[in-house]
Amino acid sequence: MNLLTSMGLLPLIGAGLIALLPATNAKLVKQSALLVSVLVAALGITMTIGFDRGASGFQYIERYSWIPSLGISYQLGIDGISLILILLSVLLVPIVILAGWNESEGGRFSVKTFYILILVLETMMIGVFAATDLFLFYVFFEAMLVPVYFLIGGYGSGARQAAAVKFLLYSLFGGLLMLASIIGIFVISGNQIGRTFDITALSTLEIDATTQNFLFLGFFIAFAIKAPLWPLHTWLPDAAKSATPGTSVLLLGVLDKVGTFGMIRYCVELFPEASRTFTPLIITLAVISIIYGAFLAIGQKDIKSLIAFTSISHFGFITLGIFAMTTQSNSGATLYMFNHGISTAALFLTAGWMISRRGSSTIADFGGLQRVTPILAWSFFIAGLSSLALPGLSSFVSEFLVLVGTYTRYPVAAVIATFGIILAALYILIPVQKALHGPTTAGNENLPDLNKREIAAITPVIALIVALGFYPKPALEIINPAAQVTITKAGYSDPQPLVGGDK
Amino acid sequence: MGFQSPALEYGALAPMLIIFGAAIIGVIVEAFLSAKVRAPIQLAISLGAVVLSLSQVWRLRGSATTTAAVNSVVIDGPVLFMQGTILILSLFALLLIADIDAFAAQASAVPGSNEEARALESGKIQTEVYPLTLFAIGGMMLFPAANDLITLFVALEVLSLPLYLMAGLSRRRRLLSQEAALKYFLLGAYSSAFFLFGAAFLYGFAGDVSLAGIRSAVSGGPGNDIFLIIGMVSLSVGLLFKVGAAPFHSWTPDVYQGAPTPITAFMAAATKVAAFGAMLRIFYVSLGGAVYSWKPIFTAVAILTMVVGSVIAIAQRDIKRMLAYSSIAHAGFLLTGVIALNQEGLKASLFYLASYGIATIGAFAIVTLVRDSSGEVGDLNRWVGLAKRSPAIALIFSLFLLSFAGIPLTAGFIGKFTIFTAAYESGNIAVVVAGVLSSAVAAFFYIRVIVMIFFSDPVEDTVTVTIPSLYTNLTIWIAAIATLALGIFPAPFLDFIATFATFTR
Repeated sequence: MNLLTSMGLLPLIGAGLIALLPATNAKLVKQSALLVSVLVAALGITMTIGFDRGASGFQYIERYSWIPSLGISYQLGIDGISLILILLSVLLVPIVILAGWNESEGGRFSVKTFYILILVLETMMIGVFAATDLFLFYVFFEAMLVPVYFLIGGYGSGARQAAAVKFLLYSLFGGLLMLASIIGIFVISGNQIGRTFDITALSTLEIDATTQNFLFLGFFIAFAIKAPLWPLHTWLPDAAKSATPGTSVLLLGVLDKVGTFGMIRYCVELFPEASRTFTPLIITLAVISIIYGAFLAIGQKDIKSLIAFTSISHFGFITLGIFAMTTQSNSGATLYMFNHGISTAALFLTAGWMISRRGSSTIADFGGLQRVTPILAWSFFIAGLSSLALPGLSSFVSEFLVLVGTYTRYPVAAVIATFGIILAALYILIPVQKALHGPTTAGNENLPDLNKREIAAITPVIALIVALGFYPKPALEIINPAAQVTITKAGYSDPQPLVGGDK
Repeated sequence: MGFQSPALEYGALAPMLIIFGAAIIGVIVEAFLSAKVRAPIQLAISLGAVVLSLSQVWRLRGSATTTAAVNSVVIDGPVLFMQGTILILSLFALLLIADIDAFAAQASAVPGSNEEARALESGKIQTEVYPLTLFAIGGMMLFPAANDLITLFVALEVLSLPLYLMAGLSRRRRLLSQEAALKYFLLGAYSSAFFLFGAAFLYGFAGDVSLAGIRSAVSGGPGNDIFLIIGMVSLSVGLLFKVGAAPFHSWTPDVYQGAPTPITAFMAAATKVAAFGAMLRIFYVSLGGAVYSWKPIFTAVAILTMVVGSVIAIAQRDIKRMLAYSSIAHAGFLLTGVIALNQEGLKASLFYLASYGIATIGAFAIVTLVRDSSGEVGDLNRWVGLAKRSPAIALIFSLFLLSFAGIPLTAGFIGKFTIFTAAYESGNIAVVVAGVLSSAVAAFFYIRVIVMIFFSDPVEDTVTVTIPSLYTNLTIWIAAIATLALGIFPAPFLDFIATFATFTR
């Protein structure tokens, strides 16, 4: 069996086996879930090693007919963009399980259910990025909502039900708009080349401008809700605030990437002309997201909402990079997706440990953690620095690429977006100062520092942040050919530098 | 000139004849056998007849199209498929009816009277519901097969009259049930009048009551177009009433709520198949040539139906009323298949009817299980925390709701997808957009119920989920498996439908 399918099936089989374990033995359940996710991660790494970096187009292709009368097939394949996102997903899942060892307890449902949901979600995440059949993609896109919904609503804190429902309704609304567009492009394919959902075939369709605009909007709104882009972002802070830290990592780190991934794979590649038509609008929205998210992050008192708003700002950068339509900005955006995934994971996990130790998520309740819990404080600090894109840490590379790539085509947008970096320093350093430095607040004196399990969880994340900061080449090698293909499909070529042409 | 007896094609009519024959036997059994043995015998007769009839439908499946009974009935692919669907849905409905304690012991006794109490106490329970159901099934099978307006009207009455009675048979909350029955009857009578009025005008237009005759008149006869329009509109009122489309939907919530739940399940699932079957035949076969006259009106009706059903459902506090409004919204989705007027539309409608019907039966079967000491509990506020008491039932109910909402990997999604694709192909994009948006609204109230079931703590503990009887259990599980199977692997069923989906003109 092909590697992609085995990788997608493994968590599902694992979930099935866990369902058979006795519910009373929580430890065994956790260990099995961890084992399964580590195996999947190992497969993911094997796949990355076997990936042909020079080639463009899809690899690890497999194809089985599913509903032939509707032209639907089970069709998988990955290019650099999907590979990097699948890798991100399979790496984050074991870390989340290890880091949030106890967050499955005290939920509405059993510990067992938590890990079953996480593993089912992992299958869906792999599937959604690997699908090269539009219908299959849609199935994963929608089916993914179910486990997340139960993860937020069943194991979160505070107004978790309301947050879960809000998340679900926003996503469903977007998904249904996308369904209308999918039906549209499906019918057009039936008229032109015979019914198919194969995205390579779909990208060759000739669609008139008006239709293309409407179909594009159906897709784009769905992805802009997912990503989330201002003004469709309002579900995210609620969801991130209510979910457990581990769920939030998967939600912001991976699931929201489906939105930006979809923009590249479906919006730009299927509707190049419409993408060009809407680019000014989308760039504007992206810039607004960057600044708006940053400003609101500064004002947050709750540490989880703060991270959520910083993510809205970061998603603005990613969207900007995608629609600036240069190879640089595009590969920067893809790398940004990966980097944002790991730095948000680091932030959420460390914040989660702080919250569970202190029993509060208000920033003002912390203070002087640097003295009490040095390892925890340093981890949070590095994660924060990565989030504000300090040179030498991974996010810097991607943010820089996005801005440089954008500047060659949209200088004004790039300049305004640069202010986002300054604001980032504010929204990260203020909580760092309040929570980590200064006098130790009453009640914090005896907080325990990270234990071995937690150190084991955070170490690979921070190592990755630093490594990719200094040496991003392996990741960029994977991404660049795919980004090149996207730009070509969208009908752009990179602008030539106007000055300094003295070669 | 002597009277020549008409030639009847017994072979082709066998499925219907078996059902009607069994219904008459049921009436005789009801009259002559003692109360103690009636219930099992009636059940056996009904189930046997349905299974036998189903086998006859299966036998006819490959054979060429025939008309029967002097051209008044046509047996073609869609008819056989719909008859089969109606029979399968009825089979499950009968299994639900078999839990006879949902029905009044003596329907003729005044509610709350001594007579009623005595009948209950002595266990002398009347079982007229079985023959009534069989008559209704027979009418439903005839409805989509009718080849002229007179037969169509007869079938409409044969299927409706038993349903009016059955709606009033509830054992608990009898006044509500009787009110529902009366309402259904009065409004149904009005709609029948409209139907007849329309049929008369169509006859005036075409000079012929047969569907083929109307068809040729539409496609270029000397008929009066005003007559055609009046006839078409009035006939449609009658049909739209039966499927519960807005603005003729107002009976639906009251009747669904008042009727005994097994009957509600039967009505919601099987009647819809029959009524849409007839509607599809009339519009595809006879009135297709006049599509530009009726398409705008029908588009408006479809959009209105979807919106009314989805929006008003949000405000419902009773599970049966909510499902009633949901069925209205689904009628709107199904109307897009009628408007599409292409082969895809017909295939999609057939798939939609079958998948919606099976999920509906399953959902109502679960409604019968949630009870307190005084009977079924319809109030949604008392469904909270159901998952704590019986997780399996809660999960399956959620599956049906997700299928209604059209979430991928359920049958409802494939149905919605194919029917909207057909509508888009016919160029009716407005209806697709409206359908998708009202699906989003509809998703809200389905999910609200799931939230109540899973995420809220039970407030009072008088509500219990009764342990399902074997029959109910069978129904629920088969419905659940079918909903999942048709969602994940619909290819064989879609191909199967494709072999049926051609109307004989």
